Amino acid sequence: MSLVPSELSSKLSIAVSAADFAPAPHQAQRERIVRPSLSYWQDVWQRLCKNRRALSSLYIVIALLVFTLVGPWLWTQAPALQDLDAISQGPSWSSSSALVVEDPGTWPGVQGALRPREEADGQTLGATASLAVAGLPSTQYVRLYWEAVNGAQHYLIYRNDHAPESNQDLGLPLGATLTPDTLSFEDRLQLRPQTYWYSVIASDGFEEAALSTTAAITLQRAITASQARERGLDDTLGAAVALPAHPFGTDYLGRDLLARVMEGARVSLFIGIVAPLLFVSLGIIYGGIAGYFGGNLDILMMRVVDFVIALPFLLFMILFRIGFGIGPGESGIIPMLLALVLLSWPDTARLIRGQILQIRGEAYVQAARVLGAHPLYLIFRHLVPNTLGPILVTLTFAIPMAIFTEAFLSFIGMGVSPPTSSWGSLSNEGIRTMLSSPHELLFPAFFISLTVLAFNLLGDGLRDALDSRLRSRE
Amino acid sequence: MAMLRYLLKRLGVGLFTIWFIATATFTVMHLVPGNPLANERGTNATIRANLERQYGLDKPVFEQYLIYMSNMLHGDFGIAFSEENRSVNDIIREHFPVSATLGVLSLCFATVGGVLWGALAALYRNRLPDALIMFLVILGISVPSFVFAAFSQLFILKLNQWSGRSILPVAGWEGVSSMLMPALVLGLSTMAYMTRLMRSSMLDVANTDYLRTARAKGLSPTRIFFRHQLRNAILPVITVLGPAIAIITTGGFVVESVFAIPGLGRYFVQAVAQLDYTVIMGTTVFFGAFLVLMVIAVDILYGFIDPRIRLGAV
Repeated sequence: MSLVPSELSSKLSIAVSAADFAPAPHQAQRERIVRPSLSYWQDVWQRLCKNRRALSSLYIVIALLVFTLVGPWLWTQAPALQDLDAISQGPSWSSSSALVVEDPGTWPGVQGALRPREEADGQTLGATASLAVAGLPSTQYVRLYWEAVNGAQHYLIYRNDHAPESNQDLGLPLGATLTPDTLSFEDRLQLRPQTYWYSVIASDGFEEAALSTTAAITLQRAITASQARERGLDDTLGAAVALPAHPFGTDYLGRDLLARVMEGARVSLFIGIVAPLLFVSLGIIYGGIAGYFGGNLDILMMRVVDFVIALPFLLFMILFRIGFGIGPGESGIIPMLLALVLLSWPDTARLIRGQILQIRGEAYVQAARVLGAHPLYLIFRHLVPNTLGPILVTLTFAIPMAIFTEAFLSFIGMGVSPPTSSWGSLSNEGIRTMLSSPHELLFPAFFISLTVLAFNLLGDGLRDALDSRLRSRE
Repeated sequence: MAMLRYLLKRLGVGLFTIWFIATATFTVMHLVPGNPLANERGTNATIRANLERQYGLDKPVFEQYLIYMSNMLHGDFGIAFSEENRSVNDIIREHFPVSATLGVLSLCFATVGGVLWGALAALYRNRLPDALIMFLVILGISVPSFVFAAFSQLFILKLNQWSGRSILPVAGWEGVSSMLMPALVLGLSTMAYMTRLMRSSMLDVANTDYLRTARAKGLSPTRIFFRHQLRNAILPVITVLGPAIAIITTGGFVVESVFAIPGLGRYFVQAVAQLDYTVIMGTTVFFGAFLVLMVIAVDILYGFIDPRIRLGAV
């Protein structure tokens, strides 16, 4: 074998070795365009990832799902726990510490000797000589006592946020003693950890004294021992316990708004995701059958769709609620879901029918039919998967619609009602205290808007990524 | 003639749809066991039987249905349960004009605003005004109307406090000034949708041959913009008027209850809270029929404006 090339080489005087006659590497391999082939969905995914708006919406959606599903494990405050000492607090990250104080019980107060009016006759009423606090002034209770004033029939107690300049500056009294010999007053009315100026004025029953005594008293944040015990905190008197922070503030019953928004997210997102999944599926089945079989069945089925679409949507959502026997003030999440499904499927059905009508004449469908495929197999194995793009887009746009519907209904009191919370019902509660503490409306409204926005932008991005017309234009 | 046939056909289907709405309403309301008088307090058996006879509730369901349908054909929606001697017709006659005024006003806001902003966004395509308008559009679509309603009330309040006099009323329904804010809030989401639609429609028209021709002829840009581009781009906006009316009438529930406007939507919500069956049924059928007729009216209007549609439909 090796003899022939060596003879040749000697004749042509070219150095040829046996290696020159080894088969050349395959050229086809080299000419191949080195780009991995992409399936349709991989391509869609790449396009989606290029769309920064859509991608950030996707991240927001994932974050919302994590917030809803994982959040309650991380933020363990009970959403239903009321704290009447912390009503409508603004958002704050810092946790406050509170002193554990004795349960207030009933305070007997301080009794003084009666100074008969006769003794003091002709004199003008003076101010009390001293005003002091019994025990520790705390946000649970402030116990004031003072010295008796000659000729006083009762005393009026004022509380101010600032040092009063004169008697005219005192405002309305906080309370009054009933008898002349009661020389004490217990204040338990909406106390906050700040400095208050308490003033006491004696009155002879007709007019108030011209002079008042004022004491500046700084209150400490406190909870009573029994409250501490209820919440599983250290209940030894005088101990400082840490009260939980409220990053979103509290609502009108002192419940933690972050926990409530998380709890509400479960209801809102449950309805917002499960209802579209159900009615889109129903629409696929209905539209698929109508589109595939066509003819009179199609006409009949589409007439039904026309009728259901004509029903006034929100009115019928409410009617179904009554129809399911849910009275005002009760929340029916499952009935709301059912009503949403019953009223919303026709849009998807119409869309799927149109899509199926378009592709049912394609060669691959005919081939499958010739091979004897069962119609249902054809619809759900060949036709529906090929309309998956529009279905996905419909689903993405159906989610904000369902979330909006839930929020609207709960907002007008026809959806989820207390004690169950949803973003809509939280907004409904929040709007009542909007003037004094807007955060109670702001947070649930923000979450509704953010979710709707994210799903809308994601839907836009998906539609762009799936649109084959755009693809051919590039 | 063809137009007349088309009209008759549309009206026929419309009537059939209204019948379906009435039947569906009746069915849903009779799904519940028990009857509307069951929660009346202080009625003994005799009184209740008498009341049932008066309202026809002692008859079989199908007979009740026939009575209900024949009454409705006569335009009689029955008598309210929760108020003495007040027929549902009276309630509709009193409260519907309020809702309709609010609806028409907000539809005007939405259409004018949508066309204007959309045209503007298309004119400044991919520039700052466009980005700004589209950002506001996304906001308008994503924020629920009750939030807008609440914060616009807050805004009016602060405005009044700041100016020291009442520029706009915070709530209620007296005079034009009290209608402005609710109508604006109610029309906001529709305006956002219309802006979006108008913008894309303007951009579609910008690529047409007739616009290129107009430009080639040397027409002034203003004339091209207003006479050729804008007028043709408005057509798709008209098609969404029908659904927009539906959205605005039902969206009115929320705005009416936030702004304390005595409209039919607010009355309906109250009737549901009181389980006032005749009012609920009457209002639903009335609203449904109104919407069906409105959609037909918009279709016909569209047929007049755009002859291509008319020819295609017949």
